[in-house]
Amino acid sequence: MPTPELKTHQTLWSRIEGLPIVLAFVVVIAAFMITAPESFLGYRMYTTLASTVVPPLILGLGLTLVIAAGEIDLSFPSVLKISSLVFVMITKFGVFPLDEDMADKHDLLVWGAFVLALLVGGLIGFINGLLVVRIGIPSIIATLATLFVWEGATVISSGGLSHNIRDIKEYVIFDVLTGRLGPVPVQFFWAIALAALMWFVLNRHRFGEHLLFIGDNANVARVVGVKVDRERIKLFTLMGVLGALAGIMLTLENKNFFTTQGTGFLLVALAAVFIGGTSITGGKGSIVGTVFGSFIVGTVEAGVVGSGISGFWTRLVVGLVFLAAVTFHLTVEKPKGFAGLRRIAGMGGRRSEEGSERSRSTRPP
Amino acid sequence: MDRGDQDYGTALRAEGIEMWFGNVGALTGVDLSVGRNEIVGLVGDNGAGKSTLIKIITGVLRPTAGSLYIRDEAVDLRGYSVLRAHQLGIETVHQERSLCEKQPLWRNFFVGRQITNRFGFINVRKQKELAQEILLKSIGFRGAGITVDTIVEDLSGGERQGIAIGRAMHFNADLIFLDEPTAALGVKEVSKVLEFVKDIKTSGRACLYIEHNLAHVHAVADRIVIIDRGTIVHQVLRGEMSVAELTSFLIELQTEREHADT
Repeated sequence: MPTPELKTHQTLWSRIEGLPIVLAFVVVIAAFMITAPESFLGYRMYTTLASTVVPPLILGLGLTLVIAAGEIDLSFPSVLKISSLVFVMITKFGVFPLDEDMADKHDLLVWGAFVLALLVGGLIGFINGLLVVRIGIPSIIATLATLFVWEGATVISSGGLSHNIRDIKEYVIFDVLTGRLGPVPVQFFWAIALAALMWFVLNRHRFGEHLLFIGDNANVARVVGVKVDRERIKLFTLMGVLGALAGIMLTLENKNFFTTQGTGFLLVALAAVFIGGTSITGGKGSIVGTVFGSFIVGTVEAGVVGSGISGFWTRLVVGLVFLAAVTFHLTVEKPKGFAGLRRIAGMGGRRSEEGSERSRSTRPP
Repeated sequence: MDRGDQDYGTALRAEGIEMWFGNVGALTGVDLSVGRNEIVGLVGDNGAGKSTLIKIITGVLRPTAGSLYIRDEAVDLRGYSVLRAHQLGIETVHQERSLCEKQPLWRNFFVGRQITNRFGFINVRKQKELAQEILLKSIGFRGAGITVDTIVEDLSGGERQGIAIGRAMHFNADLIFLDEPTAALGVKEVSKVLEFVKDIKTSGRACLYIEHNLAHVHAVADRIVIIDRGTIVHQVLRGEMSVAELTSFLIELQTEREHADT
């Protein structure tokens, strides 16, 4: 007796989250091992990658939730800047002078600055949320505006100057957040732990489920009792906190603050999320995909230079990887779309209309 | 949330419901009741006030005036919401708008009232078990190739409405609203949905069935209520009018209105 066709998308591709993107990452690494063996066969390339990838990865984790909820946040580079500035100003001009002659360091005050910087990020995210939810500005417009606003505020309040905080390495926070475990940067472990947490939030928590439903269809979410507005505000607030966290990680790693830091993450972090398979139409997000998407972008940026091609090529290559990934995700997601491409790839016709019609008509007695 | 086996005469009673949007009266004094284990059909032309009325009763909109009784008890309309309606045993099946398409069935069954631990994390196993039970017992989708992991996109329109009705029945709704559940469905799918509506009746629940298509509602309703220009104009008990008579009655209403307007 033939078993009825199961109406699920449970192919190997979809059962293991992010499988295609993990494979793509392996291919990218293998390719660079051939083209740039001096860098990619040693461990140094990977320990460097493990520290440079962290800030855009943290941003990408937040963006995955934002995009899965059908929204967008472009303001995170500026959130990153201004909360870094808050942290740097407090430590450099508040804590360091206190500790000049003392053996006893004011570690607690530095942690206080850390928390305050996160709160500033959260507050800015909250304001983004209010602009989108209460005033009703589409999030792409609202956060584009606040991208300018908070960058401007940072430049004004820092006077455009950079600030080094070299003394920060004497404090506990430096070792806890950005020290080294052997050759491996500690922030790498923090980022992976955060990714695990965010996976559970998106896939196993009430909040994450609400975000998926809002991104899928906000009207349905409302009628089934999801408090859509409140969840959206929470989402933007969370994105703000993560932006601040990325900023502090970056500042600690560099032991320096400069007003242009984080500007380059805008496109890189978004690219990582889309390469990872999170859908721009909302309702679907892949944390695993974002993690490996971030690594792919980071690897390509480092690897192109390592391969001896001019650094001018990095953007072009990232762009091509981006296009290939998004095209792939669309073909998998929309079996009926991209008919031409599917025919070329020989993937067409498995889930035919006839097949599903047959299984539909069998209702139990 | 336990409502026990309390005694009540009507599942729902709305009295003097008015809804004004500025100077425009969408509802101008509606009295409506749905008896225990009664299927009431609500019919009327576009803009007659059907959807406004259902939005008020399900807690999406707050009326300008009027009062609402659920199982003979007055409802405080200021604290009334979708969630409160759920708690009072009212569930709604909207036309094509009750399920999120990219999500699996087990999420769709429980969204808005997930089974979670203290920190808000969902007990996926428990939810899937219960979803499985709903599939088998309330809806009877056994063998149709549908599992709790099925994505809503892959279901036909009739199956989706069946899922939504099954969900409503599972949550012990005493009163289920159907808001044009057969809109945009093929003939075969419509007959499936009408079977689901009859299941509501046999399971001892009440139903308010809003419908455009007179034949559909005529086939299942115990009583048909006709709404026109924001007020109830007529009621027909089962068997009092044929579909044809009902149709000409509504056409007459419409002609009357056109005369009144000019």
